[in-house]
Amino acid sequence: MVDITDQKTRSFPTIEFTDSEAGALEFPSSKSRTYNYYKPAKLRATMYEDVTVDVQPDPDRHLTQGWIYGFGNGPGGYPKEWTKAQSSNWHAFLDPNEEWEQTIYRNNSAVVRQVSLCLENAKRARAYEGWNHAWVTFIQRNLGAWMHAENGIALHVFTSIQRSAPTNMINNAVAVAAAHKMRFAQDLALYNLDLSEAGIDFDGGAHRDVWQNAPEWQPTRRAVEELTAVGDWAELTFATNIVFEQLVGQLFRSELVMQISARNGDYITPTLVGTGENDYARDLAASRTLFQLLVRDEEHGAANKELFGRWLSTWVPKCLAAAQALQPIWSQPAEKTITFATSLDAAKDKFRTLLEEIGLDIPKELDQ
Amino acid sequence: MSRQSLTKAHAKISELTWEPTFATPATRFGTDYTFEKAPKKDPLKQIMRSYFPMEEEKDNRVFGAMDGAVRGNMFRQVQQRWLEWQKLFLSIIPFPEISAARAMPMAIDAVPNPEIHNGLAVQMIDEVRHSTIQMNLKKLYMNQYIDPAGFDMTEKAFANNYAGTIGRQFGEGFITGDAITAANIYLTVVAETAFTNTLFVAMPDEAAANGDYLLPTVFHSVQSDESRHISNGYSILLMALADERNRPLLERDLRYAWWNNHCVVDAAIGTFIEYGTKDRRKDRESYAEMWRRWIYDDYYRSYLLPLEKYGLTIPHDLVEEAWNRITNKGYVHEVARFFATGWPVNYWRIDTMTDTDFAWFEEKYPGWYSKYGKWWENYNRLAYPGRNKPIAFEDVGYQYPHRCWTCMVPALIREDMVVEKVDDQWRTYCSETCYWTDAVAFRPEYEGRETPNMGRLTGFREWETLHHNKDLADIVKDLGYVRDDGKTLIGQPHLDLDPQKMWTLDDIRGNTFMSPNVLLNEMSDAEREAHVAEYRANGTKVA
Ligand SMILES: [Fe+2]
Ligand SMILES: [Fe+2]
Ligand SMILES: [Zn+2]
Repeated sequence: MVDITDQKTRSFPTIEFTDSEAGALEFPSSKSRTYNYYKPAKLRATMYEDVTVDVQPDPDRHLTQGWIYGFGNGPGGYPKEWTKAQSSNWHAFLDPNEEWEQTIYRNNSAVVRQVSLCLENAKRARAYEGWNHAWVTFIQRNLGAWMHAENGIALHVFTSIQRSAPTNMINNAVAVAAAHKMRFAQDLALYNLDLSEAGIDFDGGAHRDVWQNAPEWQPTRRAVEELTAVGDWAELTFATNIVFEQLVGQLFRSELVMQISARNGDYITPTLVGTGENDYARDLAASRTLFQLLVRDEEHGAANKELFGRWLSTWVPKCLAAAQALQPIWSQPAEKTITFATSLDAAKDKFRTLLEEIGLDIPKELDQ
Repeated sequence: MSRQSLTKAHAKISELTWEPTFATPATRFGTDYTFEKAPKKDPLKQIMRSYFPMEEEKDNRVFGAMDGAVRGNMFRQVQQRWLEWQKLFLSIIPFPEISAARAMPMAIDAVPNPEIHNGLAVQMIDEVRHSTIQMNLKKLYMNQYIDPAGFDMTEKAFANNYAGTIGRQFGEGFITGDAITAANIYLTVVAETAFTNTLFVAMPDEAAANGDYLLPTVFHSVQSDESRHISNGYSILLMALADERNRPLLERDLRYAWWNNHCVVDAAIGTFIEYGTKDRRKDRESYAEMWRRWIYDDYYRSYLLPLEKYGLTIPHDLVEEAWNRITNKGYVHEVARFFATGWPVNYWRIDTMTDTDFAWFEEKYPGWYSKYGKWWENYNRLAYPGRNKPIAFEDVGYQYPHRCWTCMVPALIREDMVVEKVDDQWRTYCSETCYWTDAVAFRPEYEGRETPNMGRLTGFREWETLHHNKDLADIVKDLGYVRDDGKTLIGQPHLDLDPQKMWTLDDIRGNTFMSPNVLLNEMSDAEREAHVAEYRANGTKVA
């Protein structure tokens, strides 16, 4: 029999009915059920606005005591001087993707499920065994090199930037971009691992030397490293998402890999790279909105436009050089379904459209 | 994933980093620490492919609980005494959370070893999660709880309130000054490793005893990310310890960070747990008892003490003094009384105390009644408008305190107050350590060496200075702490929602608010010395 003589009396708090529900009484402010310290963009506040706006305080808004810590060499908080771009109201920027906790995990988990399913199916169907040697080498070298770019941008572009912009809305948007890039870079790396174990002639370690030494990839690596060296957060966002991603990222991902994989018997890579494309489309929407706002700013629009023009003159040549250097990889696959010139023209066209949407002049460097 | 494939996956992900040869990442945030001799550490890398679904699953549980709470009419049994304090807590905490995200590139800048960068970037995403999930919880409270006033102006109130400013150190301290001081020692080695246990576990547990199980649901979910953050911080700490030159800085920063965390977190969380609860069972743990378990045993004895084997001097004296302040010097009780004294400039209501409360305090903190009982009886007596002024302006033997220039909690343990002229201004400090923090630690030179990256104490640090010599009614109006009838205050010194019993601007008009620091600086040397001597003696007004 169970000995119950030594049982302690359990102690627990008592529940009390307090009737503290909304609407139980009427009194001043009893119906005040919206965050009232900011003006939502539309009539009703969105979930995104409610959880994002004003969480990072600003002496220009409600912060009365100022920032209470400073840096050794300057003010603390989020100084507007950390970029040369200017705005009459930085708080006007709202992330068009409305990213917050739930969207981040829902969207990325959906991608994870899609990628996992695709990779499992590929293994089960032994899809890699049908690849010809040229294609195996193409993926081993080029997708292998590219994943470094994605990872570098994740850690040293977007993660860095999100400490620097003057509002929570901008900083959260770039934090989400960092998460995308990190996930995508890792997906490419783990794909590389799958391929190394697929029983085909795939050298999983080759990517390192290609990224570090192969002549066709050096200008791209150079562009990525030079991007990470930029201190001005808005220039870094602009140079990465508006220039590099258009002229190099999209060129490689959309205008090459997505176009030629199927014809080379590979239906796995486009699924994977497509997720990176989709991430970029979202992150670009945020950057486009930000730079549009800055160009249209009544007070500073003209100065910003001139500034962005200078950024274009700096970064378009570097990124075009990276793009041009990649030309040889267009002839590596057995099925060459597209020429480098066609791909580059397509990328440039999209880039021109983007610049027009933002309200910027097409830089002369683009046609050189 | 099997262990073997997990190991392979980690190794593969490590291949993503490379040694740059054309240009190196910009260093936006400096540190006086050096990491040249740092050993290569290889902490566990987070695989995003498992990370996102894991967090999504956690979220689904949180959101399910939220739906359940609303459908199950949780707010019929929530204690208003408790939920009112959440107007303060939840106005503060999303900012430290998002600041923790912002601190990650500072740590990445400072520590060159790419092995730990991945973990720090994942922590960044976690912290965006924490900040926004907490803002969402607050929104639910605003929508479902009987009195939304104070929740509705939450981020504005946080940014213009004296208590919000105290809490703001907890975020600004993560993101400003020397990158390692801020993003490693203050944020991770002390705040996350020591104090999230009281913030995110002990305090929410008390919520459950007050009818609210959503706070624990959300905060336990937040806390479950914390062990990864703690190991990020520990890796950096070990790297810093590899270089002898870092030792004086580590010891400086542990002293500052420990003491500031104690001043700020114990003030707030201690008050919520002791004065926000209706659970007065004698066997319910007091804050002091929780602190002994979570901070003294789990943190000090199990985490800090073992660091001594690396030759690091850890601040034993300050751990003991924090304990002493909590158990013998009435730190939490003083803070609670101060918050209640300032009720007109609060954006939450503070309940009166009953005999049951008194008995519990006396049981847990013998001698409590003789020190604080009378004051709380006066608080009860002066709770309603009409016949009297707010308690701060009535003679109840309580002198409005000086504020600590460093931690911004007032110098409530009056005999410990330090008064010094620093940067050409007479400043008051709650303790020797807070004085040292301003006068010695946050300076461009420390123990004879240059520390150009160390932060500075800036801003209008004494909140009262901004409102000096103004009428209390105008101050409250300017702050915006007025309900939607344009006259009733958000803050009230009781929980009765009968509009007749609630204070309005008219009820508090005619009281002029004076800044103790402005007055102190206007005194002659003799006046100041007499004033300080009297303040230290017991702080009560001489009638
Ligand atoms: Fe957090
Ligand atoms: Fe954390
Ligand atoms: Zn202090």
